Amino acid sequence: MGNDKYKIQKIDAYRWRIPREGKMRVDGIVYADEHMMEEIQKDESLQQVINVSYLPGIVSHSLAMPDIHWGYGFPIGGVAAFDMDEGVVSPGGVGYDINCGVRLLRTGLSRVEISHKLESVVNTLFSNIPSGVGSHRKDLKLSQQEEKNVLKNGARWAISQGYGTKEDLEHIEEKGCIPGADPELVSDRALERGRAQLGTLGSGNHFVEVGYVSEIYDEDIARALGLEKDGITIVVHTGSRGLGYQVCDDYIRVMIDAARKYNIELPDRQLCCAPINSPQGKEYLAAMACAANYAFANRQMITHWVRETFESALHVTPKEAGISLVYDVCHNIAKFEDHIVDGVKKRLCVHRKGATRAFPPNHPETPEAYKSVGQPVLIPGDMGRCSYVLVGTEKAYSDTFGSTCHGAGRVMSRNQAMKMAKGRSIAQELKEKGILVRADSRATLDEELPEAYKDVTEVVDIVEHAGISQKIAQLKPLCVIKG
Amino acid sequence: MSKYILIDHTADIGIDVFGATLQELFANAAFALFDILTDLPVVAGKDKHTITASGIDREQLLVNWLSELLYLHDVKNLLFRDFQITDMTDTQLTASVSGEPFNEEKHVIKTGIKAITYHNLSIVQADHQWKARVIFDL
Repeated sequence: MGNDKYKIQKIDAYRWRIPREGKMRVDGIVYADEHMMEEIQKDESLQQVINVSYLPGIVSHSLAMPDIHWGYGFPIGGVAAFDMDEGVVSPGGVGYDINCGVRLLRTGLSRVEISHKLESVVNTLFSNIPSGVGSHRKDLKLSQQEEKNVLKNGARWAISQGYGTKEDLEHIEEKGCIPGADPELVSDRALERGRAQLGTLGSGNHFVEVGYVSEIYDEDIARALGLEKDGITIVVHTGSRGLGYQVCDDYIRVMIDAARKYNIELPDRQLCCAPINSPQGKEYLAAMACAANYAFANRQMITHWVRETFESALHVTPKEAGISLVYDVCHNIAKFEDHIVDGVKKRLCVHRKGATRAFPPNHPETPEAYKSVGQPVLIPGDMGRCSYVLVGTEKAYSDTFGSTCHGAGRVMSRNQAMKMAKGRSIAQELKEKGILVRADSRATLDEELPEAYKDVTEVVDIVEHAGISQKIAQLKPLCVIKG
Repeated sequence: MSKYILIDHTADIGIDVFGATLQELFANAAFALFDILTDLPVVAGKDKHTITASGIDREQLLVNWLSELLYLHDVKNLLFRDFQITDMTDTQLTASVSGEPFNEEKHVIKTGIKAITYHNLSIVQADHQWKARVIFDL
């Protein structure tokens, strides 16, 4: 396979190499099967894998997960790790929606117990969780000082304000707070955008979805994660809202100047970057941590309102609802982590742009409760099909800097999706399949129609066959709210 | 001749925008941004605003100009419909724009736009007209 621009070599059934050539510093490696690889070549995403490999200090490979699609700068589904001394950090390798991520909640309820009350659940969720332009909770007013506390403390701030319990923190990547956050490095504009948007879902592909465990692939591990067949689950997908977008925007401007200053040649201006150890690199990372913490707090607050929704819509006590956090993962982030490179343990700055951390059993950062089974990985699909719960593996740790896919990945542009949805009612079609949807705008539903995405099952099967994650359970949607 | 066309980008949305002059090109890019964001014909040009933007070159100026409008939309819930670039060099511009605050009874948000990216960004002159390509993060 290949074309006139680059070569593609098949490594095995699920991995492809783009060999180092010209200005590439390392090979590109793409996780995909033959069919998917053909699809992937239709857009510019492989060129983006190559572009990332040009960046100084990149270690081992420029990686792409099977949900790879054309992004800006990094491909979506891209993973790259950089040497602490020679490497760079790039805001374009994290994205605008810093710490966009997913959390999974389990409940003490089963499908039969709530099936007749879904209408009430979805309507209450839609009124309790703000989505859409300018909407926010009337009971939430944040001073600038308080907002800075959010940025410093993340989900810990939310817990201190009564949004959830201390136990929740144990089940969040980084325990809900990335260290090194310095709110003084976040612009007034970013603070201004963030103030009114804390505790809001946002638009596009962000959602809260109530579903049930439809399939279990490993009984023992599912039990360890607190998942049982037909148990009700909730998935929350959102990020750092306007605050994160503004932090990224502000620092891209800084990095364009920095890349010139440090003589870093850029194949795409969106990949602008600075050495990790430079003042610009350090400042971005401290501001990025603020946005990441804001996103953790955001998902924590939404979790609290999900709990309240279940209690009021189903007339149950918190104990009866039994809503607890399985796990919360980031999928747009840069982090310092230890990995083994050529047999030597090295501290690296790992960028995951639309990819999920997937640490193995017994890793120090795998939470206590999951030490023996591995870190949970949550892979949401589109509105109409299903989502998956996986766990991280040793192979992910050794081959992909402990990373795996993050979702289905789009296969259709929004423009194509809108055309495809013309004359149809997506909400009605989903209702006929037993899925209730509430959205702030019809356009959101049209753009997000199920066919616009790759089949998440294909994506997940590839990461499982390639050994970088293990499939534990499948979740099917019952009701969804979207921004 | 249309002011812009949508280009197919898998995850996000891209535009090719046209103008007889650079001023018109920049005004049409702003029009495209709000035309994608909302149902523009129902937005009234009630309130006038003067906006300035700067950048290290033409390309960054375009990103910063559109980002400025997006920031005002996000923070002040404003929708804009008419754009006039009154003064412009390669590194700074002043514009007169009009629009009105978002009102959920009247307006819709068709597509939420998170940011203006630099990916594949270009401004070129060909056949006596200007053309720019911009990709928005959704």
